[in-house]
Amino acid sequence: MAKRKRTKKQRVRMQIQESGERIRNFEEVALGFTEDEAVEEASRCLQCKHPRCIKGCPVNVRIPEFILKLKEGDIDSAKEIILSTNSLPAITGRVCPQENQCQEFCIHPNAISIGGLERFVADHGKRPEIVPSEKLQSKVAIIGSGPSGLTCAAELANFGHEVVLYEALHEYGGVLTYGIPEFRMPKQVVKEEVEYVQSLGVRLEKDILIGKTITIDELLNEYEYDAVYIASGAGTPNFLKIPGENLKGVYSANEFLTRVNLLKGYDFPEYDTPVSVGEKVAVIGAGNVAMDAARTSLRLGAREVDIIYRRTEGECPARLEEIIHAKEEGVVIGELTSPVEILGDKKGNVIGLKCLRMQLGEKDASGRRRPIPIPNTEFIFPVDTVIIAIGQKPNQLIAQTTPGLESTRWGTLVHKEETGETTRERVYTGGDVATGAATVILAMEAGRKAAKAIHEKILGKIKVE
Amino acid sequence: MNKIVEKEFFSDSVVKLVIEAPYIAQSRKAGHFVIVRTGQKGERIPLTIAEADLEKGTITIIIQKVGVSSIKLCNMEVGDYITDVVGPLGRPTHIEKVGTVLASGGGVGIAPLLPIVEAMKKAGNKIITVLAARRKDLIILEEQIRKYSDEVIIMTDDGSYGKKGLVTDGMEEIIKREKINQVITVGPAIMMKYVALLTKKNKIPTLASLNTIMVDGTGMCGACRISVGGKTRFVCVDGPEFDAHQVDFDEMLLRLNFYRDKEEKAYDNFLNKYRKAL
Repeated sequence: MAKRKRTKKQRVRMQIQESGERIRNFEEVALGFTEDEAVEEASRCLQCKHPRCIKGCPVNVRIPEFILKLKEGDIDSAKEIILSTNSLPAITGRVCPQENQCQEFCIHPNAISIGGLERFVADHGKRPEIVPSEKLQSKVAIIGSGPSGLTCAAELANFGHEVVLYEALHEYGGVLTYGIPEFRMPKQVVKEEVEYVQSLGVRLEKDILIGKTITIDELLNEYEYDAVYIASGAGTPNFLKIPGENLKGVYSANEFLTRVNLLKGYDFPEYDTPVSVGEKVAVIGAGNVAMDAARTSLRLGAREVDIIYRRTEGECPARLEEIIHAKEEGVVIGELTSPVEILGDKKGNVIGLKCLRMQLGEKDASGRRRPIPIPNTEFIFPVDTVIIAIGQKPNQLIAQTTPGLESTRWGTLVHKEETGETTRERVYTGGDVATGAATVILAMEAGRKAAKAIHEKILGKIKVE
Repeated sequence: MNKIVEKEFFSDSVVKLVIEAPYIAQSRKAGHFVIVRTGQKGERIPLTIAEADLEKGTITIIIQKVGVSSIKLCNMEVGDYITDVVGPLGRPTHIEKVGTVLASGGGVGIAPLLPIVEAMKKAGNKIITVLAARRKDLIILEEQIRKYSDEVIIMTDDGSYGKKGLVTDGMEEIIKREKINQVITVGPAIMMKYVALLTKKNKIPTLASLNTIMVDGTGMCGACRISVGGKTRFVCVDGPEFDAHQVDFDEMLLRLNFYRDKEEKAYDNFLNKYRKAL
């Protein structure tokens, strides 16, 4: 009885694959709640009259309402409530940094596992039947099938517009498909979410690179779209610009993860795309992409994987859960270390990383303490594979091929935050191409806002404030 | 889309495919390429667009059997659909009237050379083309190249057709004979390296169309990166053509070999499966 009381107060722990086991497979690490666990966790929610959790959610999911339905055992209604503001809950429940969003605002001393519950409802609830909306005589083109494009497409289809979504790669989902690994974001889940968006009447067209195959101007003038939403993401990798970066065995995280996730390089030669990791891998950077690359390297058979980071673990931009999982799996976080050169042998293979020790100085513009090199602390770290994960910037293709579409000096598209309007009429944008690399849920929020703005514009109902 | 409407064998190992791809046919220019994937388990490989027919909405690609993916593609028949074809990719060739253009193509590299020669001829240049291959049956598209060239020289390693010798031997003869304003070269990396050395010595501006390893072909990964004039460039979006005198061909040659072991493994695996199927 006493034990029961304690568990009521404390968060129900989600089962995860044991670390020794999971580094031998690409299956999902967090296994999700059972129904009993989900209901038990749901019953901890205090059902606040003025819930703060909702404000912490970028798309304002009606959290206490769905949790109440779940507690009552009505999973399908819980799902309907979530879907009214969030088109991709199986994804957000898995990858949102909830500790900085909804769960941060939860007033319970042990915040409710809102992400875990959202995931449970998404995975186990039935999709509500789709009531076809009244068709409008308008059509909108969406560029990019990542979270922002999918959300915008779903919203616009619900408003009754004809929506066509263009994707450059051969699979839909953007970073959910090529970037985030299977062990964190099962591709079947992404596929089902994409199929849901399709079931709303959205037409998907793959293998079309807007800016090359068809330009934005052609979409507006020849294909006669009423509006275009650009959600092409931030997919161009940054390199370090240090000597040795073009040696064999040096990957951008984008290349490495694309080979593994999109092209299933881990199942080579069953799949045709090769991917190579050595015994000792250094991953440079400490965001989610770096954690994904490090954990993927272990699963491909690397014996030792080190994260090389200029600051300390406390400043790592990755989700806390991912850092914990990475460390459990054996990834070592090399703090206060900065690479200055990648060393190679005569055949052009990587043999080491020359690094410099750092110390933290004054706070910089981002509010984090700036790393400063300590002179004469150079050392050589023997590695045979280097993966660079120091961030991505938007691909310039669309900006370069669309006259009048202005971008900032960071390569992001100039836009109004509330509506996503760009400097070109009828052209909207959102997600990473507008903001720089950020989160899945912020990209989705931008997609929703733009859909509303496009809808109102098309209906001629734009309000002047 | 992506339906194969015509197939022709140039030799046992070189195949021409004409594919329905109306979007690509409409927007492609000389120098552009496509990324092709064959089968749900296939990899993405880059192939140059050799020709396009706007009215029929088709593009032509030419493939040499060198590994698993190219064999799979060469084994496809008229009426089959290629899983994925995306393009046109890369920057088109800069076409202008410069005077006399010396074009050199090696092996299957003659295919990407064809649209460049055509566009350069139409821009009013005098075109001299040197085609080279190991042996006679690997010389492709000779007739089409002749249509847009004022003169064609053919070189084979074994002397089975044209003159015996390397592409650079043929080029040197021309360079000694007359003033060349521009050289364009497409072929294996090692060939382009020696062409670049020859023309650098003779101070002739030279463009090389590079064929590095690619994954997406849209600038999102850097697999195709290469040093040009000491700076890292992405072949898929900044190229595929670069000033040959600035390209680090030795680095390119090393990078091309990165997956050699895996490629051999995939090839053996493929042959075993193929045998079992028979």
